[in-house]
Amino acid sequence: MKIHEYQAKQLFARYGVPIPKGYPAFTLAEAEQAAEKLITETGIPVVVVKAQIHAGGRGKGGGVKVVKGGPAEAKKVAEQILGMQLVTHQTGPEGQKVRRLYIEQGLDIARELYVALVVDRDARRVAVMASTEGGMDIEAVAHDTPEKITSLHIDPITGLGAWQARRIGFALGLDKTQVAKFVKLLLALYDLFIKEDCSLCEINPLIVSKSGDIVALDGKINFDDNGDFRHKEWHDLRDLDEEDPVEMEAKAAGLSYVSLDGDIGCLVNGAGLAMATMDIIKTYGGNPANFLDVGGGANKEQVTKAFSMILKSPKVKGIFVNIFGGIMKCDVIAQGVIAATKELGLQVPLVVRLEGTNVEMGRKLLAESGLAIQPADTMADGAKKIVAAVKGR
Amino acid sequence: MSILVGKETRVVFQGITGETGSFHAKQCMAYGTHVVSGVTPGRGGEMFEGKVPIFNTVAEAVRETGADTSCIFVPPVGAADAILEAADAGCKLVVCITEGVPVLDMVKVRRWLDGKATRLIGPNCPGIITPGACKIGIMPGHIHKPGHIGVVSKSGTLTYEAVGQLSALGVGQSTCVGVGGDPVAGLDFIDVLQMFNDDPDTHGVIMIGEIGGMAEQNAAAWIKEHMTKPVAAFIAGATAPEGKRMGHAGAIISGGKGTAKDKTTALEAAGVKVAPTPADMATTLMALMH
Repeated sequence: MKIHEYQAKQLFARYGVPIPKGYPAFTLAEAEQAAEKLITETGIPVVVVKAQIHAGGRGKGGGVKVVKGGPAEAKKVAEQILGMQLVTHQTGPEGQKVRRLYIEQGLDIARELYVALVVDRDARRVAVMASTEGGMDIEAVAHDTPEKITSLHIDPITGLGAWQARRIGFALGLDKTQVAKFVKLLLALYDLFIKEDCSLCEINPLIVSKSGDIVALDGKINFDDNGDFRHKEWHDLRDLDEEDPVEMEAKAAGLSYVSLDGDIGCLVNGAGLAMATMDIIKTYGGNPANFLDVGGGANKEQVTKAFSMILKSPKVKGIFVNIFGGIMKCDVIAQGVIAATKELGLQVPLVVRLEGTNVEMGRKLLAESGLAIQPADTMADGAKKIVAAVKGR
Repeated sequence: MSILVGKETRVVFQGITGETGSFHAKQCMAYGTHVVSGVTPGRGGEMFEGKVPIFNTVAEAVRETGADTSCIFVPPVGAADAILEAADAGCKLVVCITEGVPVLDMVKVRRWLDGKATRLIGPNCPGIITPGACKIGIMPGHIHKPGHIGVVSKSGTLTYEAVGQLSALGVGQSTCVGVGGDPVAGLDFIDVLQMFNDDPDTHGVIMIGEIGGMAEQNAAAWIKEHMTKPVAAFIAGATAPEGKRMGHAGAIISGGKGTAKDKTTALEAAGVKVAPTPADMATTLMALMH
């Protein structure tokens, strides 16, 4: 789960990671007031208006602007950004509508650094990554100049050691006073990472100001979705405007769904088989409309919900149900498919491949349902049939 | 012969009185697995299905019933704790079926297991089966057939698919291991491949990977160096978009890394034959073996 920069910074502040002063703004009036407040409080006439969307690369896309002409100009700039369709390398060509702003004090920057905490799945540890090349795309730095990245792993039993933080601080070329500030910041960030169940905490750039302070100028936090049972507060941090409504609907029903560009709806049990079903449809010349894993032990209601979601999607021109039942019983799948079609009707070709537990019962239910179903013996057979059916229309 | 589990394996079910736990404990017993005890804190002294004693702690279950392997059906909130309890009680193998265990819990568990004899399979996995001898997990037993092909996989239903294809060709399996789809878990591809390589009864291996992480590439490097038996593979997610989690917590391409293409290239460079579609896993291996 992703959150906005301003939400990440609120967490930073709570844990003691230094941030510039700033206020979120949802309207132009709020943006103007925030600028006025900041200028009064800090005595600095410069503020920064920042678009709040989950995707990165906001600055390059025109979503971050420095304002030197006071609150009135801040309002003008906010007017340009709020409501714009912001396109970055992470949003795709359609971009993302800006609905929230963050107004922040301007700072004099001496150096831009990079620091992040991330779960390194291969080392099975949390890793610190830091670089002297702040403000850049870290993947490009890793590719072009890997020697400019310092990293180390943290033992979960001892936690991040001050000695480790010092080592990184000196590697970044900080002086003695700055290292002391950096150590404090990194220990606070690690504390946040563990307690808030993060999978990523990234500060890019982490700046050294001309006055020698070390401040998180940007902030990106991803939470580990599996940690949600111990974080009720995540519910309020979620921005539904940033999420695919269909994916959220699926999640609420305990299903795993991802929208794709094609026209063949897929209903599958198990994530691996669901991905493989997409792959085989593509192999035979079709395009999947979605990834949908109904999970191992879905009940009739969940299957009905899943099948309804596919039936309701306007882009779907054919449906492939591919089930290898282990815990999932084939008769439950059949019941769900029948219930959903009874309610919504079936306007497109439907190919069903059932295998595994209670397969005979499932096939019998479908055969007796009177639905126009093409049965398939194997997943290859099913994929070929649905691609042919969709192309034939 | 087989790896990790066989006729002699004695299993304790943690979470045996829960809905899912009790259902699968019965299924495993029906398959012939020696389910010798169960654990549900607070229900010690009761009997499961009239014949399997329930204990409050794994330590008691191990001491009283000689269990050497644990199968965990505990919800995510207590799953990591359950793994630690089983390992501390001396179980040499722990199979954690639970889906949704926080990754930082698993980071701690893996650190704690360092240097200990306990092996962990999962979490978020279908379990392990040695056909005809011992089934520990949620896979449908009847699709399997005893034989000489090892299967190791990150995905449950794709494992069933591979097994179904093998059995349909009349080819049996030595052991099938589902290592799970989480970013931080127990045994990985290399651990299991090594055991298959050392098992005289395993003659060839199907390895099923998916997008995300480097486990398949690392396995490719190991295979190139050490594997003496034919390996066929399939990598799921060639058509998955970048940056989207595809069901499994670990199945995500990030920063252009962990694509199916990278993995396929690495495996083929190591002499592994990668099945062109998921429908060809068994035939791809059979072509290598003849």
